[in-house]
Amino acid sequence: MIQILFFFFAALAVGAAINVLVQKHVMYSALSLILMLTAVSVLFILLKADFLAVIQVIVYAGAIMVLFVFVIMLLNLPEDEDGADRLRWLKFVGIPLGLFFLVLVVTTLWNVEGSAGTQQQIVGSPAAIGQSLFTDFLLPFEVTSLLILIALMGAVVFAKKDL
Amino acid sequence: MIEYLTSSEFVVLMIKILVIFGGVMGALAYLSWLERKMMARVQMRPGPTRVGPFGLLQPIADGLKFLFKEDVIPTHSNKFLFIAAPVVSLVPALLSFSVIPFGPSLQITDLSVGLLFIFAITSLGVYGIALGGWASNSKYPLMGAIRSSAQMISYELSLTLSVVGVLMIANTLSLGELVAAQQNTWLGIIPRWNIFLQPVAFVVYLISAVAETNRLPFDLAESEQELVAGWHTEYSSMKFAMFMLAEYANIVTVSALATIMFFGGWTGPMFGPELLRMALPTVWFLLKVSIFIFFYVLMRATVPRIRYDQLMRFGWKVLLPISLANIVVTSFIVAIS
Repeated sequence: MIQILFFFFAALAVGAAINVLVQKHVMYSALSLILMLTAVSVLFILLKADFLAVIQVIVYAGAIMVLFVFVIMLLNLPEDEDGADRLRWLKFVGIPLGLFFLVLVVTTLWNVEGSAGTQQQIVGSPAAIGQSLFTDFLLPFEVTSLLILIALMGAVVFAKKDL
Repeated sequence: MIEYLTSSEFVVLMIKILVIFGGVMGALAYLSWLERKMMARVQMRPGPTRVGPFGLLQPIADGLKFLFKEDVIPTHSNKFLFIAAPVVSLVPALLSFSVIPFGPSLQITDLSVGLLFIFAITSLGVYGIALGGWASNSKYPLMGAIRSSAQMISYELSLTLSVVGVLMIANTLSLGELVAAQQNTWLGIIPRWNIFLQPVAFVVYLISAVAETNRLPFDLAESEQELVAGWHTEYSSMKFAMFMLAEYANIVTVSALATIMFFGGWTGPMFGPELLRMALPTVWFLLKVSIFIFFYVLMRATVPRIRYDQLMRFGWKVLLPISLANIVVTSFIVAIS
């Protein structure tokens, strides 16, 4: 049962991700991205990481993508806008870079031990995530929050010419 | 898998789903009757009286009318998204009922992250409004959709943050455990409800919930005087009905959440024979929820709409700081006690 669900939602996620790139209209791309994020959150649920799944939907599908859609609505871009000419050189950088990341992912997966099944329930709970954030990963956590704060202030400075 | 499908566990689950889904759909239909009747009373009118006693059959007549009306799709609209938008707004609104505890055992599933699940699901509902307004390809719906998405992002923040104080006290994200933690009483008379511990959070929650559901005085997304009907101006027939159902479903959800988090959910005095004891929690829960629904309808009938810039300023400069301050104070008290 879980395997059927996994393959269905994994295929959905991959299909939606491809659709993001293939679609000509930017609104359909954004909607496919939302579908992809939701499908990935289902994969998190299948891994018993409920908290992560819900946070994925709240933060990405529910907040960030709403802003994307909001901006697309405001700009009201014409259909089939072709900006590909300006970005032709990106192809020569993009393909090697993609291959590099693929190698990275495959080597990482190769080295992972396949016996984490018993620990997943404990790792995925909100309490466990909170514990590890405030003990083992305190420094990265705080540094990230500082980074977000700086980005926020930067956005305010850009938006307002005179404060 | 076949074993599971024939087990009693599965049958009980299916019965629960049928009871809750049927009950909710019926309640949503009669919410429209209740709203029309109450609005009419406030405005010294009789309201619907023709169909059945007290107009009680009005929702059925409305439903039939919706089904037989012509379904207009504007020529220059984006057809696919235009049809998908009502579905996108209705499905999340109904999904959130899957984790709400209507009674000690009348709950479809008690997720360990139930509360966050509801917030995640309802945050997807905004796409229905945004896409409906955008796909209509017409200026009033677009304006309504833009207003609504900005408003919902802003008020979702204070809505979510107002809950954090309650979570720190209850120490759980599961709705079932949240209710269980509020059983019993202080000094034998005062019920152990979170409203007495988190009054500020409750006020912030109540106000942001009105804004989240796009109701008066925060219904800028469909303000009739400026935008005809906002994002659903171009919708007719059953698609319009689906938008209305989604709106009512969201009202019930936020009322139910307010009951669960601040007013002890299905807890209440227990008495009488065994059979009555089984039904009482659900009765208490529904009573508390309907008080909130009455409050919402009365607010719609009495409070005027506020201006859009006032709405944004109020959300970001008043509600958000208050809910942040509430978190700081609550965490301080939790830490020292």
